[in-house]
Amino acid sequence: MEQNILSMENITKVYPNGFVANKGVNFSVHEGEIHALVGENGAGKSTLMKMLFGSEKPDEGRILLHGKEIQIDNPTVAIQYGIGMVHQHFMLVPSLSVADNLVIGMEPKKKGLYDVAKAEEITREAAQKYNLLVDPQAKVVDLSVGLKQKVEILKALVRGAKILILDEPTAVLTPQETKELFVELKHLKTQGYTVVFISHKLNEVKELCDRVTVLRAGRSIGMANVADVSQQDISRMMVGRDVRLDIEKDKPHPGDTVLKVSHINKVNALGKQVLKDVSFSLPHGVILGIAGVEGNGQSEISEIISGMDRSFDGEAEINGKSIRNMTVRQVRESGVAHISEDRMTYGIVGDGTIAENIISDRYYKKEFQKGPLLDQKKIDEMVDDLIEKFNIKCDGKDQPIRMLSGGNMQKVVAAREFTNHADLIIANQPTRGIDIGASMFLRNKLVELRDAGAAVLLISADLSEVMEVSDRLIVMSGGRISAYFEDASEVTEEDMGLYMLGLKQMTPEEIRRASS
Amino acid sequence: MNTKNIEKRFQVLRTLLAIGIAMIVAFIIICFISEEPLETIRSFLIGPLESKRKIGNIITNLTPMLFVGTGVCLIFSANQTNMAVEGGFFVGAMLATVAATCLHLPTGIHTVVCLIAGGLAGAAACAIPAFLFVKFNAKPVVSSIMVNNMCLYVGLFVINHLVRDPAAGFMASFRFDETAKIGEMISGTGVHYGILIGIAVLIAGYFYLNKSKAGYEIRTVGRNVDFARYSGINVNRVITKAQLIGGFLAGLGGAVEVLGMYNRFQYQALTNHGFDGIMIGIMAAYNPKLLPLAGLFLAYIRVGADSMQRSSDVPVELANIMISVIVIMIVAERFLYKMKHKRIVAAAQKELEGKAEA
Repeated sequence: MEQNILSMENITKVYPNGFVANKGVNFSVHEGEIHALVGENGAGKSTLMKMLFGSEKPDEGRILLHGKEIQIDNPTVAIQYGIGMVHQHFMLVPSLSVADNLVIGMEPKKKGLYDVAKAEEITREAAQKYNLLVDPQAKVVDLSVGLKQKVEILKALVRGAKILILDEPTAVLTPQETKELFVELKHLKTQGYTVVFISHKLNEVKELCDRVTVLRAGRSIGMANVADVSQQDISRMMVGRDVRLDIEKDKPHPGDTVLKVSHINKVNALGKQVLKDVSFSLPHGVILGIAGVEGNGQSEISEIISGMDRSFDGEAEINGKSIRNMTVRQVRESGVAHISEDRMTYGIVGDGTIAENIISDRYYKKEFQKGPLLDQKKIDEMVDDLIEKFNIKCDGKDQPIRMLSGGNMQKVVAAREFTNHADLIIANQPTRGIDIGASMFLRNKLVELRDAGAAVLLISADLSEVMEVSDRLIVMSGGRISAYFEDASEVTEEDMGLYMLGLKQMTPEEIRRASS
Repeated sequence: MNTKNIEKRFQVLRTLLAIGIAMIVAFIIICFISEEPLETIRSFLIGPLESKRKIGNIITNLTPMLFVGTGVCLIFSANQTNMAVEGGFFVGAMLATVAATCLHLPTGIHTVVCLIAGGLAGAAACAIPAFLFVKFNAKPVVSSIMVNNMCLYVGLFVINHLVRDPAAGFMASFRFDETAKIGEMISGTGVHYGILIGIAVLIAGYFYLNKSKAGYEIRTVGRNVDFARYSGINVNRVITKAQLIGGFLAGLGGAVEVLGMYNRFQYQALTNHGFDGIMIGIMAAYNPKLLPLAGLFLAYIRVGADSMQRSSDVPVELANIMISVIVIMIVAERFLYKMKHKRIVAAAQKELEGKAEA
């Protein structure tokens, strides 16, 4: 009979900002199964797993391994118990080789020195055994995302992990790489390993997993055999209500060109060419999506256009004016709004109030000055109005923004960036890590802004988002544009995957249409 | 009760508890080394209020703190650990001395010129670490300590070689012109009009930092420099500006102190007024609103320690140990953290249950 190898009982976790991430959650996995943990963004999946891996501590409840209660104080202890985790963001040293990364912290020694040959041998053996084929001598920086993920999985296995937690492993993969991962995970399962698969993509859960546990708003809603339930059943458990997931939009009405990017090349600090001859243009009234696996040049494009990065070759123009020598403020004043992909670093100032976060791009304007001081009354009125319009759930405009949920933080960012009458809105991963309600709100806002005449540059690693919201599509691979589609609705996911991986490449003539 | 209120309440509680613990530590030490512990404790606690002279001492102690403390609020709010306010205070006093001894101007104007000279010297001192950080990313923690050393010796050089009074009988400058001095406000107490300037500086500093465009920039840069850059704020300019103004205030404090308290410049070492300012700045969490409270507290225990030392057998060093303990407790952010977190958890639970019932 199957045994619960691991169970978490009645787990409650409250973050220092008062946010209840988990409330009385029960979760258990059988030995040798692939168990899905699903839920919306912000439902508490990652928090629950962090407690299992020792990077957070539960405030209530207990964790049982083979029926015995254990305390997991830190990740080292977790590893000793055979629990390994592969994070969404890889924890690898880019400048070292695959073998170096694999044995880091447990390096084989010969005469007191690091034994490279032995490390490579360990790597080769593990790669063979688990059927995760990687080159031990390759530098991690040169690997694709899919290969990096393999290294991460191997790293956990080499350390003796019997239970493997994968935090949204497919979020960064192309459809093809995802298939490969599934084969490898099934192989691990036949060798007796237990896998916890965190996801919110239900088709993947159906395809891969044995059982599924659903979290919603920090609580465990239920557990089921995957074979017994349909995707619709799981989806209903996840969201708890019917959410309209489709975007309503008409055909775009392109106006004059707002953004023109020509022949941009960029070499980053590590000496790697991250943008290769990128050219495209974007008119008023159109949403241009940039799809691609993360790290293929999309972030660099958004940094350049928003004025934050000045070290590039080529030309970028907003409304016909070159932005090369403009400061960030000048770029913003010439009509650019920017949602950064890194919300916590660039998007907000955590200790600041909601009001302070909203006024950061306009506090200096004449309309908000009263004598030598800021016109607090006027600012308060504007902020109150935006909190209402953007449906921001908070205790008031003076609440520090760090106390809000991710979705509400992003709404504050949007309340700032969507209301400065910009001609061009750069939305870089606008819905990353936020709940479905807030995501749909923001996507519909983007369409609204487009209809009002703004040009929207939507950069997203979420394939379904970028395909659904965009009017036109660019696919990036290895720093260059690998495909351009005049009509985003006629593209298939499979096709996108091939262009994202760089397995297919449009001709220069086809790509040139992007800048016409 | 929401999280914000709990956090506020614990900040107050933590400060009070820190003071309480420091007091207990002090009393234990007093009990060990004093023959008459009760009398000693009494003169420490109530001594400062016993005479007009001593109350005056509290105010004269507080005066320089207001200037430097306000300056520290500006500098540290921009997240710059620039300790050159210490040196800035010193060279401020020095340049004011030069102006007060070498220039001969009408009453009033002379004082103003001396104060401005002092302020500019302080601004120059704090500008060095600011410049080195902005241009070369040199950490102000290190560079400002070096600047303090430079300030000390530049100051001593100028005093000893340019304005030294050979007739004084000790290392000191010429007497200040009467036209330059800041007059006594309450006779017999030493309290001079500098306290009024200090209060004005504090109020202006409060509005500047918390209510103005420039203050918003400083606080935003200090809290998240990446966000500031992303929002279009010219980060380097803001950092430099905050330190120039903060340094100016420190130098101004030095000028006010010498012109109000003394007849000649007679410091032979750094004064420690700069570090006092940093200390009360930290206690006030860099908010000028809380600065008077922190300053009064520090001034009070200084005078209390002095009174204790005169009337009993406990040395003044004890007060300095206490002050250090208090500051350590206050800056220990995780102190009481567990208790606070439990309260937040409980409050969040309650709120959830409230919602479930509704």
